[in-house]
Formats: sequence, C-alpha cells, structure tokens
Amino acid sequence: MNLTTIDWIIMLVYFIFVLGIGFLLKRKVKTSTDFFLAGRAIPAWVCGLAFISANLGAQEVIGMAASGAKYGIATSHFYWIGAIPAMVFVGIFMMPFYYGSRARSVPEYLRLRFDEKTRGLNAISFAIMTVFSSGISMYAMARLIQTLHILDAPFRRMSFPPQWIFDVSILFSALVVLAYILLGGLSSAIYNEVLQFFLIVAGFLPLVWLGLKNVGGWHGLTERLPRAYTHSWAGMSNPHTNPLGVEWFGLVMGLGFVLSFGYWCTDFLVVQRAMAADSMSAARRTPLIAAIPKMFFPFLVILPGLIAIALPTQLSPVASTAAAQSVPSAGEGLIPAKMDETGQPKLDQNGKPVLDYDLAIPNMLLRYFPTGILGLGLTALLASFMSGMAGNVTAFNTVWTYDIYQSYIRPNASDAHYLLMGRLATVFGIALSIMAAYAATRFNNIMDMLQLVFAFVNAPLFATFLLGMFWKRATGHGAFSGLVSGTTAAALHHGLTLSAGAAPGIKGAWLGPVLHTYPSEMAQNFWTAIWAWTTCFVVTILVSLMTPPRDEKDLVGLVHSLTARPSEENVPWYKRPAILGALVLAMTLLLNLIFW
Amino acid sequence: MGLDIRLPIGGLFTVLGLLLAGYGLVSEKALYERSLGINVNLEWGLVMLIFGVIMVVLGRRGTRNGDNRRHEVAQHRPDTSHH
Repeated sequence: MNLTTIDWIIMLVYFIFVLGIGFLLKRKVKTSTDFFLAGRAIPAWVCGLAFISANLGAQEVIGMAASGAKYGIATSHFYWIGAIPAMVFVGIFMMPFYYGSRARSVPEYLRLRFDEKTRGLNAISFAIMTVFSSGISMYAMARLIQTLHILDAPFRRMSFPPQWIFDVSILFSALVVLAYILLGGLSSAIYNEVLQFFLIVAGFLPLVWLGLKNVGGWHGLTERLPRAYTHSWAGMSNPHTNPLGVEWFGLVMGLGFVLSFGYWCTDFLVVQRAMAADSMSAARRTPLIAAIPKMFFPFLVILPGLIAIALPTQLSPVASTAAAQSVPSAGEGLIPAKMDETGQPKLDQNGKPVLDYDLAIPNMLLRYFPTGILGLGLTALLASFMSGMAGNVTAFNTVWTYDIYQSYIRPNASDAHYLLMGRLATVFGIALSIMAAYAATRFNNIMDMLQLVFAFVNAPLFATFLLGMFWKRATGHGAFSGLVSGTTAAALHHGLTLSAGAAPGIKGAWLGPVLHTYPSEMAQNFWTAIWAWTTCFVVTILVSLMTPPRDEKDLVGLVHSLTARPSEENVPWYKRPAILGALVLAMTLLLNLIFW
Repeated sequence: MGLDIRLPIGGLFTVLGLLLAGYGLVSEKALYERSLGINVNLEWGLVMLIFGVIMVVLGRRGTRNGDNRRHEVAQHRPDTSHH
C-alpha cells in the first residue's frame, strides 16, 4: 500500500486532537468522581454517542462487514432485534435504578441490591474480561497494520527491521490510549469516543456511497446477490433455509432477548457512559439517543461487506498472503480465500475455498479510496480500535478501584488515594492488555477459549438483573447460585452439543457425547445463551424463595415496586424517555419491514 | 464540563476538510480512477469542512450561553457560596 504525505498528515492531525483533548481536560480532574464518572456532568447527547462508540471497536467495524459478506443483510438482526430493543429497555426501565441508586458501577449495584459475593463474582469476571478484550483489540489492530503494509515503507526508509512493525503498533496505540486516559479520565475517554464516532462515520460514509454507486445502488445489489442476502427475514421459519442457520425463535430469544439485553443492559463498559450523565433524565435518554444512530449502523458497517461480495471476482488489493493474490479466482468478489501453508486455497468440507471475510473492509478501502481520503479511512479504522480499547480500560480502572481495591484490599482511604489508584490501574490495565495481545500471538486457541468462557459468564447475567430490579423477593443467595448455575448450564450445553461440520473441541462437544447438532455455530451460541438464562432465572427464583427476604426499606431505590417513578412533569415531550423509546421502536420496526 | 465537545470536533473536521479539499484541488485527475472518476477528496473535504464550521459555531454559541447561564445562577443566588 502506498500512503503519501497527505495521508500521514491526516493521521497526525487526528492524533494531535486526541491528545489535545486529554490535555485540555486535565485541569478538570480533581477528585476520583471526576476521573471515574466524569464528575457526572456530561450532557445526554454526548453520553449517547459515547455509549455506542465505546462498543464501536474494531470487532464491530471489521466483524460486521465480515458477517455482511458472509450472511448478508440478516446481520442487521444484531441491531434491529438485538441492540435497539435492549437499549430502549435499559433507558426506560433499568436506568432509574442504576443512576438513582448512586452506584458507581454495575457490580456496585449488585452489592447494594444483593450482597458482597454477587458483586465480587461480577466485578472479578468483568475486570478480567475487559483486559482481554482490550488486548484482543490491540492485537487485531497490529495484525491489520501488518497485513495492510501501512508501516512498511516508513520502516524501510528509517531502516528499522520489519519484524518491529507489530511491536511498534501495539506500543504506540497503548501509549496514546494511556496518555489520554491518564490525563482526563473518563471525560477524556468519552470526549474521544464522540470524536471517534464522527470520524468513523466520516471515513465510512463515502465508502458506502462510492460502493453503492458502483454496483448500481441498492437495486443493483439485490440483482447481483441471492434473495436471502438482501431480505433480512427471508427463510427465518426454518434454520435450514436462511444463511444464519437459525429459526426465528432462537434468533429473537437467543440473540434479541438473552444476548443483546445481557450485553447492553448489564455491561458496565456501556452503562458507565450513561452513569456519567448530568441528571437522571439525561442518563435515561443516553441509550435512547444512542439507539437512533445505532439503527442506521447496518448501512455503514454491513453494507460494505455486501458490496464487497457482490462485485465481480477480482484480484483483491490485500490478501493475507502473497499466495492468495496469485490465485484470485479462489476468492469471491473483493474477498480473497484463506491460504494454507503450501500456498493453496484452504478448502472446507464441501471442497469450497474458505474466504477471509475479515478483509472485506480493508479491501473496500483500498479499492475505492485514492490517497488523501484513504488516510481518512485508515484513521477511522484506527479510531475504532482505540475507542474500543479506551472503553475497556476506563471500565477496568473503575471496577478495579471501586469494586475490588476499595472493597477488598484497602477500604477507607482518602479520595486522593483512590484517584491515584485509578491512574495506576490505568497503567496496570494497559500493561495487562499488552500481555494479552502477545498471548494472542502465541496461543490462538487461548483467546477463543477465553471468549467462550466469557460467553458462559455473561449469558445468565440478564436474568439476575431482571429479577433484582423487578422482583423484591429475590435474595443475594438466590442471585449468586443463579449466576453460578447459569454459567454451568451454558458450559454443559456447549459441551454436549455441536454445530454441523464442526470438530469436537473448542466448538463444542468437549464433554464427549453429542446430544444435539445445530445447523450453524450461531444457532448453537444462541441456544447456549437461552439455556443459561433460563437456568439462572429458575434457580434464582427457587433459591430466593428458600432464603430469607431482605428488609423492604433496604431496597428502596433499587427495586421497581419500591421506588418512586422519576417525575417527568417539567420535561418537554421530546425529552421523555417513554415517548423517545416508542419512537425508536417504531423506526426500528419500519426498518425491519423495509428490508423484510 | 468546561470544554464544549463541539469545539474539538468542529476543529478536527475543519482542519481535515481543508486538508482534503485543498489536496483535491491540486491533485491529478488520474488519481480518481479508483473512485469512479469522482474527485472524492474535494467533494468529501467540502462536506467535512461545512460540518466542522457548523460545529464550531454551535460550540461557541453553546459556550457563551453556558457562561451566561452560570453567571445568572450565581447572581440569583449570591449567598449559596457562604454555606
């Protein structure tokens, strides 16, 4: 890839602004609340954009385009029945308890509502998860920089060995994120996330525009692709007739209800953004405001994947190896085939080449963007990696300092001490992420395995919060045993089932007997989540009924039936959560109907 | 917080817009074969420039109003600081 001076200048300008924001916000950080919760002083629309931007990591940008190329517009279900309804729910029904309880983190809410052990379980698993997620982000970015040969030419000019590219990429991104979080804490992370949000839109919108123009618009796309690629609900009555390999019930319950509600309603990484809002009303509006741009994201991140696969098969600008470039016919559209060690295309069980879908976005950028705007597109890509990393790091330092350090290691220290601890935790968290990134280079399977374990831990969480917020009888013992048995159920289900064509091991059936074979890995994941949720729900209820209830006066502000509804009398109609939520849902329904 | 977020966003987009549009004006036509003959640097640079300027204007107005409001609050409740 040939970058020219203008591309480098664009990247440089971006980094100057990112660090500049950190410096400008530095003088505002005086207490630990400023550092961890942005002083609870951020307006709703800023929190809203940060709410989606923290999640708009590279996994989303690269991964959604990859799924778009692999499964078509059905990928939009991750938004239109996944994220959006969950965001409406968290804004209208859950935020009053998160924000109203004055908890400083999601685990802290669990302590207020249930007990210490439930908080401990959640805090520790969450802290480990954030470190590894930011490590994975870092690793993916360094690999992409290598694959795209972004730094090859400058390295040659400075006569650095090319093996350093990976290390320099990791170190550089770590230092940038470290610098702006150390300086400005959560406000700095949020401000940069908003900046990155606009940059990502600015970088990808022209890509969609040019790509669509080239294939003859949406109409041209529908003519080039099979029907199921452009109709999100086509064949959903049966798992064998749609690209996702899952029927509508598994999709709505597994993806929509369990996984998406579990993520958007309980993950501190996103909820932290709403907790930073300047008022209860702003906190409730945060996810609702976020939902509006979020529902249009499929056009920004999934469409490039669809376009990439719809183009006539051609030599892709980047392929993972030089060998892939020598056999372009093995690829499809702009997407090259994966290569094995001998330089031949990797074949699946049906003898078809395995495609490297993750290269959809990079290939689209190089196919359509001339130098200049190419710099902008790459900057947008880097921005997405860094916002994902920063989001994890800020969530980590808060949970570490408040929920682990202050609770178990050193309670009753001064505020200045916790502020210092927060800064140290930032350094420490980033160092751990770097280690995780290097672990990923050595043991690829370890990362897959960890993500699997996280999925087991996360799947039942939403049942715990639902019962905690809406059933005053739920007890700490109930919540804890529900979580543990839900995670166990997830592991058991995964260990006893397999998806079609997969080998036993990391993909399932590691317990020996295969009780059921799902048509796709996605279906298996969704049903694992459904089992985990249901088990947690039932066990929490049963154990709660057997254990003594908590005094009702201790639960005021934490449970729906014992908490006064937030007053909306002085709020104009367009700022009322219920009205905004209904509007968001109506728009989402409309999108589902248009792309039916 | 003291810094209106629209100012840095506006600033970044203004600078990037100027850079891209400027480059679009001076670059050769052959460069745009990839982008279907569209001078995407010039066109998108202008879009970013306009967006950037709007954000800066809104941000400055917001900062001014915010300052006025804080001023008014301070004048209306002069004794709060003594508590």
